[in-house]
Amino acid sequence: MSRLNLQGVDYHYSGTHVLHNLDLTVGQDEIVCLLGASGCGKTTTLKAIAGLIEINEGSVFIDGKCVSDKHTFVSPEHRNIGMMFQDYALFPHLSVADNIAFGLGKISKVQKQQRVEEMLELVHLTGCAKRYPHQLSGGQQQRVAIARALAYKPSLLLLDEPFSNIDTQVRFELIADIRRIIKAQQVSAVFVSHSKEEAFAFSDTLAIMHQGKIAQQGTPEQLFAVPKTKEVAEFLGQGIYLGAEVLTATEYTTPFGVVQSQHEHTHSAIKGVVYIRPHHIELAQNTQADNPQSVSILSRRFIGSAYVYTVVIAEQEIEVAAQYGQSFEINEQVIIKIKPHTVNFFES
Amino acid sequence: MNFIFKLSKWQLFAWSTGLLLSAPLFFLIYESLQGDSEVFSHLWDTVLWDYITNTVLLIFGVCLLSCAIALPLGWLSAYCSFPGKKQFEWALMLPLAMPTYLIAYVYTDLLDYAGPVQIALREWFDWHSPTDYWFFDIRTLPGAIVMIALVLYPYLFLIFKTALREQSFKLVQASQLMGLSPWQSFFKVSIVLSRGSIVAALALISMETMADYATVSYFAVSTLTTAVYDTWFGYYSLTAAAKISGVMLLLLFLALMAERFSRRNQAVFERQSGVNSESLYKLKGKHAWLATSFCSVILLIAFIIPMLVLLNYAITYFDKAWNTAFFSYAWQSLKVAITVSVISIILATLIVFYQRVAKQGYSLIPGRLASTGYALPGTVLAIAVLLPLTVLENSINAALESYNLDIGLLLTGSIITIIVAYLVRFYAIAHGAIESSFVRISPSLDMASQSMGKSQGQTLRLVHLPLLRRGLLTAALLVFIECMKELPAALLLRPFDFESLATHVFQYVSDEQLELASISALFIVLVGLIPLYFINRSMEQRS
Repeated sequence: MSRLNLQGVDYHYSGTHVLHNLDLTVGQDEIVCLLGASGCGKTTTLKAIAGLIEINEGSVFIDGKCVSDKHTFVSPEHRNIGMMFQDYALFPHLSVADNIAFGLGKISKVQKQQRVEEMLELVHLTGCAKRYPHQLSGGQQQRVAIARALAYKPSLLLLDEPFSNIDTQVRFELIADIRRIIKAQQVSAVFVSHSKEEAFAFSDTLAIMHQGKIAQQGTPEQLFAVPKTKEVAEFLGQGIYLGAEVLTATEYTTPFGVVQSQHEHTHSAIKGVVYIRPHHIELAQNTQADNPQSVSILSRRFIGSAYVYTVVIAEQEIEVAAQYGQSFEINEQVIIKIKPHTVNFFES
Repeated sequence: MNFIFKLSKWQLFAWSTGLLLSAPLFFLIYESLQGDSEVFSHLWDTVLWDYITNTVLLIFGVCLLSCAIALPLGWLSAYCSFPGKKQFEWALMLPLAMPTYLIAYVYTDLLDYAGPVQIALREWFDWHSPTDYWFFDIRTLPGAIVMIALVLYPYLFLIFKTALREQSFKLVQASQLMGLSPWQSFFKVSIVLSRGSIVAALALISMETMADYATVSYFAVSTLTTAVYDTWFGYYSLTAAAKISGVMLLLLFLALMAERFSRRNQAVFERQSGVNSESLYKLKGKHAWLATSFCSVILLIAFIIPMLVLLNYAITYFDKAWNTAFFSYAWQSLKVAITVSVISIILATLIVFYQRVAKQGYSLIPGRLASTGYALPGTVLAIAVLLPLTVLENSINAALESYNLDIGLLLTGSIITIIVAYLVRFYAIAHGAIESSFVRISPSLDMASQSMGKSQGQTLRLVHLPLLRRGLLTAALLVFIECMKELPAALLLRPFDFESLATHVFQYVSDEQLELASISALFIVLVGLIPLYFINRSMEQRS
């Protein structure tokens, strides 16, 4: 049984349609990331799960029990959900220990203290119990927030862009740490982010959101390699579109020659576009004058191990890293070669 | 559904409180639109137009004089540096703490025929009788204008100064590079850019001027406010008083419309994110001394002289002024002020909390409705409160008649009327202060608390109230102070056995014996200084 299930969820207010027929499933102990651009409805989805808004259509199930639909509404305090906020939402008037104990309900003082100590140990903050939130660093505050959200053993943990306020230098260290903590507690989690790097590092499964819908759900590798829509392909990484025709199940003709796919595909249409990412492009010396497949180097940037060149292919600018030792001059004509890979073909 | 039920509980409370607190206004409008009142018709045919003319002239004069005082002061304070500037910035707001009737009394005492100024002049110039020289009479309409403006100019000073500080210096500097002198840029840039704030401040000053009863009554200048008082106490005609109040409401509405109209384009003005803490002009020599002298003269006339005179009365007449009556009246005032403060912060907290949980545009309506009373002048408010309470009292008595019971004048003849009136008038202050404190609490704290199993009521108790502590205290203090100072409503509504500090002081002012109530008067001024401390502190924090 899945931990969370959203079926056909619709939400609108004052004429703005935020969520359209949204479906989402989160398995036991799974960390799912809702990834998408600002305003695509990620945080609203989180609020719908938490019961902080009432949905207009569809249903939300937690552990198989309906918590929200047209006739049912379980209030947030009765959903047993842990939530971690972008600003951590630590109560400034309470100490670290009191913050963690806030949601512990009616248990004895000793039990409360014991649970607080366990959580502090889990987040490596033993000794900080009596401090107040303003006396902690950003990373420490975040650990308190996660400890507080997990202390009362919620069925589901919701995280609303929890890493956006953290310094980039320590962010990935902290992401790994929080992931370890969540996995250790065996809790399912839904995590909202607009950063694909954070999503790749933190989640088991990605659900890409676009205009209030889940465009595609799957593992980061699946989504990156085989995006179902152009929006998913573009969101997960830079690339260019080349006009293409399907030759065989593994071959496509493009203005830059035949592109080989490593996997077989079946397409209903013959004509369309292929989405090529920079790491599938190879630059080579142009030895032939007036070669129609050659492009000009617009600019170059040294990144230490090699140069990154900006070229214009099919009227789209793209940055391509050259192989180590390869060097081209600005305005030099170079040839484009496309390496065999799992080609993303989209019908026109 | 549970969620909806819980919301309804807050909703029911907020809407019923909003409607109850705004009921007096609706009753007043209804009553003032009722058929003919003989008294009103008589007033209309005889003196009402004079009252209206006097009221309009008074408002116009006070606004004009406030501009003449506050605009230069605001400009000097925002843009210039000169000796004593830092001290003047807060000191020039002190007159706000001085009730107008006190300053009026003090200057009447100083400038009257028997006062020290005329005595000194007669001695110096060897004049013997009033026929030997001309001296202006302060107890006139122009005299009232000067007295009221001296107390109310700080509103314009404060608002204009803040508006100038929020404007970028670059605009003034650009105008100067284009050839404008500082004087020209003051008129062509600073004043023009701040006109929204100026009109808003003048609307506030107009409302306060219209609300003034004590000064005009002491100076025997008949205005609409004194007319309401006289109609009620002279003719016992609630309908006529309501109709005169209706005329005042119309003037009030015009003032509010002017304020709204002035704000319509405010968004296009350039505003910078912070405030300017540096000065644009460093005044030197003659200019610096002129600036310091101007500020000193205003401060001297508007606050220091009246304060010194009051202190002198208090010291000279200490034996007579320091008596049990002072404590008894202070206690009565305290009782009412504390009750109203506590009730208003409870009501405001619950209504603002409802706004927060409902998160819909319509959820703001109960708070707005409950705040309408603040705009009503004290005398108008008193009539407005009497109307529904009289109806309620009569209905209760009619219902109890069959049981041979009678509550008599339990509502209108007791302290309850004053408490209700003060609540209606000062609820808005508590609402504003608590609303601004609530806004500072991140909404994610509410969500966090709810996601951890706490109900809305528990969230209010465990999260909001501890965080609102300071805001609640400020709100309670501000309401408390206003209750301590309020005069016209208390004069109209007080039961026979009730005397507040303000009514006690005014009684002595009317009897030309302020000296005997000088300690009470000083106490009222000192209480009035408290909010100025808060305003000054918040201004300092902003810069």
